[in-house]
Amino acid sequence: MARLKDLCKNPELFSSGHRACAGCGEALAVRQILLAAPQPVVGIMPTGCTEIFSSIYPHSAWQIPMIHTAFETAASTASGVVAAYNFHKRMGNIKDDVKFIAFAGDGGTYDIGFQAISGAFERRHKFLYVCTDNEGYMNTGIQRSSATPYGAHTTTSPAGEVIPGKTMPRKDLMEIIIAHNPAYAGQTTIALWNDLVTKVGKALAADGPSFLNVLVPCPLGWQHPGNLTIEMSKLAADTCFWPIYEWENGKYKINYEPKEKKPVEEFMKPQGRFSHLFKGDKGKAIIAEAQRQIDAQWALLHKRQEAFGA
Amino acid sequence: MILAKTGNEALAYAMKQINPDVVAAYPITPSTEIVQIFAQYVSDGKVDSEFVAVESEHSAMSACIGSAASGCRTMTATASQGLALMHEMLFIAGGLRLPIVVPIASRSLSSPLNIHGDHSDSLASRDSGWMQFFCESVQEGYDTLIQCVKIAERASLPAICAVDGFILSHCMERIETFDDEPVREFLGPYKPSWNLLDYKKPILVGPATMQDYYFEFKRSQIEGMNQALPIIEAVQEEFKQKFGRGYGIIEEYGTEDAEAVVLLMGSACGTMREAVDAMRNQGKKVGMVKLRVFRPLPHKLLKETLAKFKTVAVMDRADAVNSYGGPLFTETTSVLYDLPQRPKVLSYVYGLGGKEFSLADAATVLEQAHAGKKEDLVTYVGVR
Repeated sequence: MARLKDLCKNPELFSSGHRACAGCGEALAVRQILLAAPQPVVGIMPTGCTEIFSSIYPHSAWQIPMIHTAFETAASTASGVVAAYNFHKRMGNIKDDVKFIAFAGDGGTYDIGFQAISGAFERRHKFLYVCTDNEGYMNTGIQRSSATPYGAHTTTSPAGEVIPGKTMPRKDLMEIIIAHNPAYAGQTTIALWNDLVTKVGKALAADGPSFLNVLVPCPLGWQHPGNLTIEMSKLAADTCFWPIYEWENGKYKINYEPKEKKPVEEFMKPQGRFSHLFKGDKGKAIIAEAQRQIDAQWALLHKRQEAFGA
Repeated sequence: MILAKTGNEALAYAMKQINPDVVAAYPITPSTEIVQIFAQYVSDGKVDSEFVAVESEHSAMSACIGSAASGCRTMTATASQGLALMHEMLFIAGGLRLPIVVPIASRSLSSPLNIHGDHSDSLASRDSGWMQFFCESVQEGYDTLIQCVKIAERASLPAICAVDGFILSHCMERIETFDDEPVREFLGPYKPSWNLLDYKKPILVGPATMQDYYFEFKRSQIEGMNQALPIIEAVQEEFKQKFGRGYGIIEEYGTEDAEAVVLLMGSACGTMREAVDAMRNQGKKVGMVKLRVFRPLPHKLLKETLAKFKTVAVMDRADAVNSYGGPLFTETTSVLYDLPQRPKVLSYVYGLGGKEFSLADAATVLEQAHAGKKEDLVTYVGVR
């Protein structure tokens, strides 16, 4: 259990003054993760929001070494960096134990960079891959990704006269990563900061590829006021829209059981991307279906915890 | 030591002697053997390299970039679709000025699928900021790959060392190899000017730039390419001093009194030498100009060299599908344009998809060059 009193004594490795939108969940995730990471740590990032708002030349928000190459290459570039580190370590050029963290969005992870992460995990490169998941291609102006939830409006799954936003549920990335038998995998969100920093510690201590899927609300893409970012994150956990759990040594553990599981409307209502669902019966049916999917997923996760739990 | 080796075996052997810190590679015909022979060297403990058997060429080049940025001498090997899949990352390696070295067994590009030798792959990558060397023989491939490492590191530019797929990659040749130690002495240790893993002095590699800086970065990269030519010359000279074999950026054959020459790259130069000999025996003043370095384009040297002749027949083992000849043809005409008296330039496209380029074909081109004219602007040699 981390204590804020201790965490706030750690050096800020992600500087203020970067160009993220007000209320950006992704910037908060990066900051929290770096506060919790043991040093020295080296970062890798693909093209995306984080890269754009943190690294416009001649400025950099990173107080750690950081490399950016292309959009689909977080895991493959990390593979090369880690291979180089292994070489230097074996040759005695580097004495310290260095940690490696790739920070990628859901576009760079679920979709265009999917092959690279699968390859890197199969090869067992030792690094932490963090997906800061804001459920869409926000950097290019809010297009749907395979992390975009059922019913959401994006510019490429627009709510229209006939089609009411995205008609498919999101890809279950955690299960796909777990199928790679990672050294550690966890899912969390920024409102649960203690859960997040605990998982960062576990992931970086694990001997092999580890993964964190961190839900980060995006005021621009989700269309909620910037001061509600943490509230949205909390509601995602409290509605079980975003289950908080981990997978370690073959065992599932749900890390956060809401005292009262809230209906998904409470998460959806403040967000403009779902506003079309709150007009008329068609929308009601979609919300009901979203609720059914969430309940089924939550029940399945409990079954997995029972079957493969502690 | 004198050894019988195919092109792929010789390139893999050179890689063993180079002993790169990291190799990240994916197999593809006809360069697969380079990767698999090297993997065996790794498994047998003959090299110190970290070998990363990536899941695609895109990831191969991305991993190479990560490794080279982390202070490691880094190599891969590929061809054809593999180089095409790397395309996006080639520009990033070039822009980051990372001295990654890649032996290539040149091959055609799909569609239709074809696994045989031509220069479509490298020439399609010509604007990616990579130096490109085209080799005539297996021996030259072996020697050039070793030189490339030194040139790339001194110029801070990545380099492609191309041998023609199958024609050289699978052709066994008697080659003179060096001992490991002199090769490693020749190269010395890799000392990059910056290193991502220098965590006590954190740096950001690969920033975003806006209108205020992008052009300046590219201009500086272009200057790096300009400055690579004297570096190539110097390393060729150092190589000659140490190992006794000399190479030129451009090499001439039978040109002392020649009025017409053929300009070309790669293994077809060997065929052309024989054809030139035969024609010269008939008293026809023809010769050959071999371009060994396509990038950086040695434009001044090329102009000086070609200005002496009445006719230059330019042979491309790739077509840009632009209705105006291959890449080497258009670059040659552009290089010659501001000469007060320009040679006549003829365009030939030959050998696509490994189509045989015979002595008779070479003789036809030389005859037409000697005559100084032909009917069509672009001729496709040997097409049925």
